[in-house]
Amino acid sequence: MQVRAMHFQRNAARALADAPLQDILRRFGTGLAEKRAKARLAYGIDAFEGLRDAAAAIRRRVVGNLDSWLERFEAEATRRGTVVLWAESSEDVCAHVLEICRRHGVKKAIKSKSMLSEEAGLNEALEAAGVQPVETDLGEYIIQMAKEPPSHIIAPAIHKSKEDVAALFAEQHRRPRLEDIGQLTREARLMLREHFLSADLGISGANFLVAETGSVALVTNEGNGRMVTTLPRVHVAITGIEKVVPTLEDLSTLNRVLPRSATGQEISNYFSILTGPKAPQDADGPEHMYVILVDAGRTGLLGGEMESMLSCIRCGACMNHCPVYRTVGGHAYGWVYPGPMGSVLTPAYVGLENALDLPQAATLCGACEAVCPVRIPLPELLRGLREKQTERGLRPWTERAGLGLWAWAARRPAAYALLSKIGVRLLRTMGGTRGRIGRLPLGAGWTLMRDMPAPEGRTFRELYAARPQGTRLS
Amino acid sequence: MRSTDNAAPVDTTDDTPALSVRGRVALMVTCLVDLMRPGIGFAAIRLLESAGYEVVVPAAQTCCGQPGWNSGDRPAARALAQKLITEFEAYEHVVVPSGSCAGMIRMHYRDVFADDSAWLARAAALAGRTHELTDFLVNVARLARVPGSFQGSITYHDSCAGLRELGVKTQPRALLATMPGVELKEMPDCEECCGFGGTFSVKFGEISGALAEAKCASIASTGANAVVLGDLGCMLSIEGRLRRRGDETTQVLHIAQVLAGGG
Repeated sequence: MQVRAMHFQRNAARALADAPLQDILRRFGTGLAEKRAKARLAYGIDAFEGLRDAAAAIRRRVVGNLDSWLERFEAEATRRGTVVLWAESSEDVCAHVLEICRRHGVKKAIKSKSMLSEEAGLNEALEAAGVQPVETDLGEYIIQMAKEPPSHIIAPAIHKSKEDVAALFAEQHRRPRLEDIGQLTREARLMLREHFLSADLGISGANFLVAETGSVALVTNEGNGRMVTTLPRVHVAITGIEKVVPTLEDLSTLNRVLPRSATGQEISNYFSILTGPKAPQDADGPEHMYVILVDAGRTGLLGGEMESMLSCIRCGACMNHCPVYRTVGGHAYGWVYPGPMGSVLTPAYVGLENALDLPQAATLCGACEAVCPVRIPLPELLRGLREKQTERGLRPWTERAGLGLWAWAARRPAAYALLSKIGVRLLRTMGGTRGRIGRLPLGAGWTLMRDMPAPEGRTFRELYAARPQGTRLS
Repeated sequence: MRSTDNAAPVDTTDDTPALSVRGRVALMVTCLVDLMRPGIGFAAIRLLESAGYEVVVPAAQTCCGQPGWNSGDRPAARALAQKLITEFEAYEHVVVPSGSCAGMIRMHYRDVFADDSAWLARAAALAGRTHELTDFLVNVARLARVPGSFQGSITYHDSCAGLRELGVKTQPRALLATMPGVELKEMPDCEECCGFGGTFSVKFGEISGALAEAKCASIASTGANAVVLGDLGCMLSIEGRLRRRGDETTQVLHIAQVLAGGG
């Protein structure tokens, strides 16, 4: 997928000026966050926090020994008839899938939601090779139709209103416009049914890989995942190498925390564990099953400061709780992954220099870390990326000069006292009789939507030095 | 404070100077209080003195280093952290009228010195003795009565660092509850960020402003006379947005000002 993360500032401004989008974002609001809070309460707060600890420990154990668990997964999956392929890059992902299409004479591929496929730009590659990709997750179906990227990792079309979808369906399905959400969904279901029955290949992601059984686990709500992975002759699961977990027991722990963190559900409507292709005695299932294990930047995080990011289970809780995400939406982030996890992953996978704003585009409010089911210290990771930017000279000279001056003065109390004494008087004067500054030089961003309350004119240190000696203040 | 009254809770009705003190507290004023709202520093001193502590204000203090730390300038953050540790480590308690600066010292200094065991030990020792003001008043000083008085309704904004790094949530409310004239009207989403975020507020003025606007709408929905909070950054952001949106009446007060009164 094309990287537009360099344009965060501009994308965000556009999102803020987009009244219909703002309306949608307002309605999205804290809905999923509230659902998570209810699910946590229902589970028991202490128990849920314990579950987070357990989930975090499982993920850390895997990431700390990733090669061994992957080899175990490969051996077990292979033993059960799954073909395991390794992809070092997004290009490799596309090459593998196209080769599978050639081998099996595939003309149409139906897809269950896969963020890895978004990373790789797989749909474009399939189209170019004459294979028709059809997204079957309702959200993905909508945005494929609208030719837009997803704006949320679990709710890809969250930026679309009911009216947007009604217009899109009427135009693309060439049917009378429907207004009711139930009717719109039924129409999509009807359209998709044809594709389910005529596709030669099913492409899915994987929420988890189970090392001890060589299984692919899928967490879905619409049932399309089942259709995609059982109806066509061939099933390909595309997943990042970090998604492996050791045992079914571990999977069970993670599956308690994932839906609750994502949508507040105790369990998703569908939860599938897919182990190998159809056996002779099976009634249904694919004749061929492939798993493509994708690196695409992930091993670069191993052993480094960003390693904990590989624990991520893609629940979306961080973005659901992020005030910045909820204000500008997912497209502003400019690549596959938005919100706090995206602000870490995008620079990590596409290069720090290609996503300069993202590590800065956070108030470091800590809401993401407070809800992350696997306790990834997202604010710390963002700070770490800011440090890398500074070290590599990727911050503007004005910012570096400002910080340099501040750091110089703050280490020299006499200079600091003098400069602050002058500074507060200047700002006091600028504040005028109303005591507020409408346009701040060197800080125009602040005064776009706010005044700057003016200082009172004398610093604490001046007043404290001038206080009557030897008396208590109270 | 009466010398016989050495068991908590502390009686603060007596205005005579303390004959004996419960201990010495060093006040970390914070750079924003120093520059923008010195009255909050004096309010903090009044509160600590009314709780029976001798308050020392180390004269050479400047900044905790957080601007450098959050901007990715580790050397600058480190230099200022060393300066602060040197200035404050002799004191039994360090109290800070800011969740953000207290959080820097308590939670982040250990990351600043992750690769330096000698400084890490000093940082950890100081972190354990450093408190956000209301947390100190409630959990260390066990202050039962506050000197200030306030007549009217208040809505409380939970600043992010205080709330999520230090667990400051019930402390300011408990202190406000001791004030008979105060009616607390909680706003919706009181734990939601106000959009300040340090340099974020300048770099991403539009997003920051939109978040401040959402916060101000929540504040306005309560109809409270004052919004009270514990951090200067949020205070400037919220006050700046309230005035820009035409609200000239809602007071924006630091918790220390309300509790100490007379400032």
